[in-house]
Amino acid sequence: MDWHVQRRSLLGAGLLGAGTWLGQRFAPTVLAQDHALAPPHQGMTTLGEVDHIKNGFDPHALLTQWDGGEVSQLPNGQRLREYDITAIEREIEVAPGVFYPAWTYNGQVPGPTIRVTEGDRVRISFTNQGTHLHTLHFHGIHGARQDGIPGVMEAAPGQAVTYEFDAKPFGCHLYHCHSVPFKRHLHKGLYGAFIVDPDPQRHPDQVAAARSRLLGSSENQRWQELLMVMNAFDTNFDEENEVYAVNSIPHAYMKQPIRIERDRPVRVYLINVTEFDPINSFHLHANFFDYYDHGTTLTPTSRTVDTVMLCQGQRGIIECSFADFDPGLYMFHAHQAEFAELGWMSAFEVVA
Amino acid sequence: MKALPWRWVLPPLLLVGLVALLLTVSPARLLNLNAPPLESLIVERTVLNDQGITLKVRAEGSEPMTIAQVQVDGAYWAFTQQPPGPIRRLATATVQIPYPWVEGEAHHVQFLTNTGVIVAHPIDVALPTPALSLATLLGYGWLGLYVGLVPVGLGMLCYPYLKVLGQRGLTFVLTLTLGMLAFLLVDTLQEGLELAGKAAIAFQGQALVWFAATVACLALFAVGRRQGKPPEGAALSTYMALGIGLHNLGEGLAIGTAFALGEIALGSFLVIGFTLHNLTEGLGIVAPLLKQKLRWKTCVALAALAGLPAVVGLWVGALAFSPHWAALFLGVGAGAILQVIVELSTYLQRQFHQSKLSGLAGLGLAGFTTGLLVMYSTALLVKF
Repeated sequence: MDWHVQRRSLLGAGLLGAGTWLGQRFAPTVLAQDHALAPPHQGMTTLGEVDHIKNGFDPHALLTQWDGGEVSQLPNGQRLREYDITAIEREIEVAPGVFYPAWTYNGQVPGPTIRVTEGDRVRISFTNQGTHLHTLHFHGIHGARQDGIPGVMEAAPGQAVTYEFDAKPFGCHLYHCHSVPFKRHLHKGLYGAFIVDPDPQRHPDQVAAARSRLLGSSENQRWQELLMVMNAFDTNFDEENEVYAVNSIPHAYMKQPIRIERDRPVRVYLINVTEFDPINSFHLHANFFDYYDHGTTLTPTSRTVDTVMLCQGQRGIIECSFADFDPGLYMFHAHQAEFAELGWMSAFEVVA
Repeated sequence: MKALPWRWVLPPLLLVGLVALLLTVSPARLLNLNAPPLESLIVERTVLNDQGITLKVRAEGSEPMTIAQVQVDGAYWAFTQQPPGPIRRLATATVQIPYPWVEGEAHHVQFLTNTGVIVAHPIDVALPTPALSLATLLGYGWLGLYVGLVPVGLGMLCYPYLKVLGQRGLTFVLTLTLGMLAFLLVDTLQEGLELAGKAAIAFQGQALVWFAATVACLALFAVGRRQGKPPEGAALSTYMALGIGLHNLGEGLAIGTAFALGEIALGSFLVIGFTLHNLTEGLGIVAPLLKQKLRWKTCVALAALAGLPAVVGLWVGALAFSPHWAALFLGVGAGAILQVIVELSTYLQRQFHQSKLSGLAGLGLAGFTTGLLVMYSTALLVKF
């Protein structure tokens, strides 16, 4: 609608004669006020800061908090990694000043990042301190009796169950609660990363690639490895998310960018657990990367891309390099502008 | 000094004790209920200018409410709130968002409270809100004259035509006025009840409209009949001008608000509509004066009383609108119109009794229906 024309047609009608001169005198200034937009600014953000200490987890710490569990050796020589995971219902701050009644593993969302090596025996003692049934359902290869679905290894409130399986296949995986109602148990926060590093001995043709992935190896130490769980929160339970983020806290890596040393390569373990929206995505500015869908291969499944799309539960590994780049801020975010503007907006600060 | 008997002291003491008890032991706790607080927020005023979007919000939660974040068009935006912090029940705060809104397009503001509740406030058409200035006042004032004073004045200028009418013609005109008033009564009530729906629930806007109407009607009735007999002639015309004036105030409010919010495109067509619509009002005002000599001064005063409130309405509607106040005024307006309807009917009844003419009832019905129809059909031009 064109305001100026409307106004003139109104007063210009000169309905009762006398109107015309007054209309001419006042019309331009009366209603069609000069409307200059505010200059570009940085106003598009969540306001304030989340109290990470009270929350019990810090999104910057989560990036590199690999949990290898309690390591020992089984009589057959196999490495055993033991974990204690507890389902806890607690309120967390999901955006500055916004409190959400979350269901958590060990009090944090996402839950602890379980990182093991291909072929390890994984034993997880799972205690349910909540008021609803919960499970641990691992994306991996295991027997039906270890699947953690309703009726199978499901822990009633106050009970504990122990999951045990061999870690395979190598790759970037996840675990989550599989009790019903399924959507609610997921979006309330019951999920975490399950990363299986390749065992170089099992991949004689690609030893170097496998060693670079193996946490703690000398080849691996060059890499700057980061965990990014793309998630969201439906704070008013209308089956639509109000808050989007990686590692739960919107704009966390925008307000305080992730420091990247220019000459060391970057590897991102990327997992999508966003509920309600069928897909999420990762887009890197001013650079391209290689992508390993599910992380289950040692050669990239996509080469030289700057955007990947992940459906719910899909994940992968991103490898990129900023060598010889200008130092500065390199943004990365969901390329769904909607998610980006609701919090899933981040940046690397590349330093020389 | 004589001691107060216990039965005088007991009720207030018990009340204080009960309140103290309820404040210390929540009755909900006895039931082991831990329901989250009710959260509700309404936006009473939206201002769009080169600083962005400014919203006057009123909280009506069961406990003080905290606006944690603000989204505009599905994006988080930094904002300032004055006064800052939690907003107490029925208190107001001003939220300013430096958002580069787009003229002529829709925007969607959402408040995210600390408990994660979303309160939505759509802006249907973004247009710059008129700022208070001489030019704005004159512009809206001018519009108000078109909507109120001019048509009422024109209607009153039909006085010479009415003067030549006989008894039957006069009856027809007076019953036509009655039909017009009946339309205005319904219209004012509807407008008031609609606005009441936009006010904070705690203000009980709809009840406010009915109570204001009742009290205003009874008060005017009492004033009008303070000398023991119903008003006639100039007095009746004055009450009619007052009732119509209050209706025009409401009409001005509605137009001013809708105009400022970009809800109506006020073209010349709409102004013609208002002129035709309100012309009948002027006719009605002079109808009780046909049996006496009409002085110019009276005529001007009546026109001003009936027509100028539209100017005030436009100013307030465009610049300082609050739905609960507007609802209250429209309630008063409805009451004033009802009083005039009663007094005019009484007057007509006396005329019918005194008259020797036959068939006046049928004529009256025709007049009344015509009045309603004229108002209804001219309203077709102006209702959106």
